[in-house]
Amino acid sequence: MLGLEKKDTRLFLIVIGLTMLAPFLLNPFPEGSEMAQFNAGYPDLMQRFVIFGIFAIGFNILFGLTGYLSFGHAAFLGVGSYAAMWMFKLFGMNVVPALLLSVVLSGLFAVLIGYISLRRSGIYFSILTLAFAMMSYALAYSVLATDMDGPDKQGLMQKGLTGGETGLQLSVQDPRILGAKAGADGNTPVPNFFGIEMRSATEMNVGDWVFTFSAGYYFSAFVMLIAFYISIRIFRSPFGMMLRAIKSNQQRLNYTGLNPKPYMLAAFVVSGMYAGLAGGLMVAMDPLAGPERMFWTASGEVVLMTILGGVGTLIGPVLGAGLIKYMENILSKINSEILHQWFAWMPDGLEDVVVTMIYPFIGKGWHLTLGLMFMAVVIFLPGGLVEGGQRIMGALRGRKAKDGKPDADADVKPAE
Amino acid sequence: MDAILLQILNGLDKGSAYALIALGLTLIFGTLGVVNFAHGALFMLGAFCAVTLNNILSLSHEVIDETQTDFLGNPLRVEVPYIYDWFGPEVGASIIEWSVPLAILFSIPIMIAVGFIMERGLIKHFYKRPHADQILVTFGLAIVLQEIIKYFYGANPIPTPAPPAFTGSFDFGTLLGFEPGTIIYPYWRLVYFFFAMIIIAGVFAFLQFTTFGMVVRAGMADRETVGLLGINIDKRFTIMFAIAACVAGLAGVMYTPINSPNYHMGMDFLVLSFVVVVVGGMGSLPGAVLAGFLLGILESFASMRQVVDLLPGINQIIIYLVAIIILLTRPRGLMGRKGVMED
Repeated sequence: MLGLEKKDTRLFLIVIGLTMLAPFLLNPFPEGSEMAQFNAGYPDLMQRFVIFGIFAIGFNILFGLTGYLSFGHAAFLGVGSYAAMWMFKLFGMNVVPALLLSVVLSGLFAVLIGYISLRRSGIYFSILTLAFAMMSYALAYSVLATDMDGPDKQGLMQKGLTGGETGLQLSVQDPRILGAKAGADGNTPVPNFFGIEMRSATEMNVGDWVFTFSAGYYFSAFVMLIAFYISIRIFRSPFGMMLRAIKSNQQRLNYTGLNPKPYMLAAFVVSGMYAGLAGGLMVAMDPLAGPERMFWTASGEVVLMTILGGVGTLIGPVLGAGLIKYMENILSKINSEILHQWFAWMPDGLEDVVVTMIYPFIGKGWHLTLGLMFMAVVIFLPGGLVEGGQRIMGALRGRKAKDGKPDADADVKPAE
Repeated sequence: MDAILLQILNGLDKGSAYALIALGLTLIFGTLGVVNFAHGALFMLGAFCAVTLNNILSLSHEVIDETQTDFLGNPLRVEVPYIYDWFGPEVGASIIEWSVPLAILFSIPIMIAVGFIMERGLIKHFYKRPHADQILVTFGLAIVLQEIIKYFYGANPIPTPAPPAFTGSFDFGTLLGFEPGTIIYPYWRLVYFFFAMIIIAGVFAFLQFTTFGMVVRAGMADRETVGLLGINIDKRFTIMFAIAACVAGLAGVMYTPINSPNYHMGMDFLVLSFVVVVVGGMGSLPGAVLAGFLLGILESFASMRQVVDLLPGINQIIIYLVAIIILLTRPRGLMGRKGVMED
């Protein structure tokens, strides 16, 4: 199907099925029950799953295929966000031109940064990308936030290009030449896809269960499926093969008379465009863009996602993104009271001991769990969750895990 | 002139911190060949050693003070630190006030132990893995360490004052014949600078003038040959890792009065320290120190009002800008050696 091999088609169909049915699958517990707090099927979180999925897929094209570890990918996320925001402010609330501008601008930005950073490799490359991202952050935070066109009446550039600390926000005074300046209720308008508002959602009640279908989620999910499809095609293309060759032995590639630089730059730019797309989508879902999206912690997050899920695999980054966002939003909500409820069946003393032991790892301490999981994955499972899954599947089937790999050739070791 | 001098002085304390962290990073990289992303966390651990010692010294118990009464006429209960009972109130009070310098002694064994456990328990297994894996695992460790600190000490900065003898400022200008009040410099920053110089000199002297240091330098140059000569180089490198951890920890201890420690201070410094190491030249100890001071002073110059008016925002990006220019024009950094990290 669509020029994919049978194995990839199956994977793609599974992903389509999962994303389309996500509102059901992520809401397995009935409303009002004690387990309802583990439901992740609300639009805001589901949107984050797919948007960060796109971000991680893009990062994986660079890191997974070429092995170049960028520590500044959030810069493109930020550029995409600001670009989409300006499109909303200047033209109209349709998300399609906004996303297009995000992708194009972040792509151009990636050309610039990539051209310079890719002259070095290894840790130098990481530091250069980090430096560029932190520079973008500092600029967005301070200089670009100063008043640029003086005391004009519109106040469009009142807070500069980026809005500084508070971020860039919509206003009813924005020109928006192709759309209404304000929504029907007089507030700032809502991003839409040819009339379908991103915020609109319908609820379906089945017994005790409440399922929410949000236009925003399905739009983002659709974009992610396209992004995922493109990434499969890149992984299977001669271009993808070339990138893997760069990872395994750049010198040998040079000896065969091929210049790896253009391929590297192309991978970097594609990866930056994915990040820009994710940034644009974030703004389309929630029209606010702040500089903290460019901070190095945001870059670190996408590294965590990709590694946790499985670097160099197709589906890994999406899984990693989902896992981290789930932990961030669900695990962090659990407090000691809830823990006490769970372990109420234990004898009193033991209950307290168990709760005290678990408490540091959940709730506000979820980062600790994340850090430990991340270390465990790097140490024991370099292939991430995907490799873990394959090992379990392999053990269950009682044969070598290798046979069952959906992406077996992604991590074929080069002959040295 | 006085403005320039003031900026140089202002750059010294931050530059000292950069230089100390970068020195440790380079020591670890030069000996073990490991890129340690958790080094900032060691700096932070050092700072929290100072906080912990302060807390321990201030441990107190309630005493009924007969001389004071509350409004009902009952004797007041006052908290008296145990240390007052042992050494008398005056000595006890000054011990608490001097807790930051005392924390140097307290933190050395702790940091050495932490460094030793880290190297033997984790880093050892990553020598043969790619640099990307080393970065990732130490990055994870840094997250874990800072979350542990956050769990025990909370997310807010904890002010830890310098001893009262050093809290004032020093009118540096009068020494050099400027108008009084033009160059005022806090005493503690001066202390920090001299402390950093002593540590740096100590590390260099240790490497240069002891047999142990000579073996370590030989190991840095050619590990295999040293091993073939029958020297257990791994053991010495482990000790060097502990020393590097100790240097970072001491830098953190002494930095607490300048900047109240919080759990993410290590990461904030780490990003800049890596830039410093790369500017100085990966694997070059003098380069790391030089680049640390250079960037600290440059940063301070860039934040002068005249410069910021001319080039808005330059104070925020100067370090990164310099790093980019240096990496592109001198790929090995200021004093980098050939063949280090070039694969």
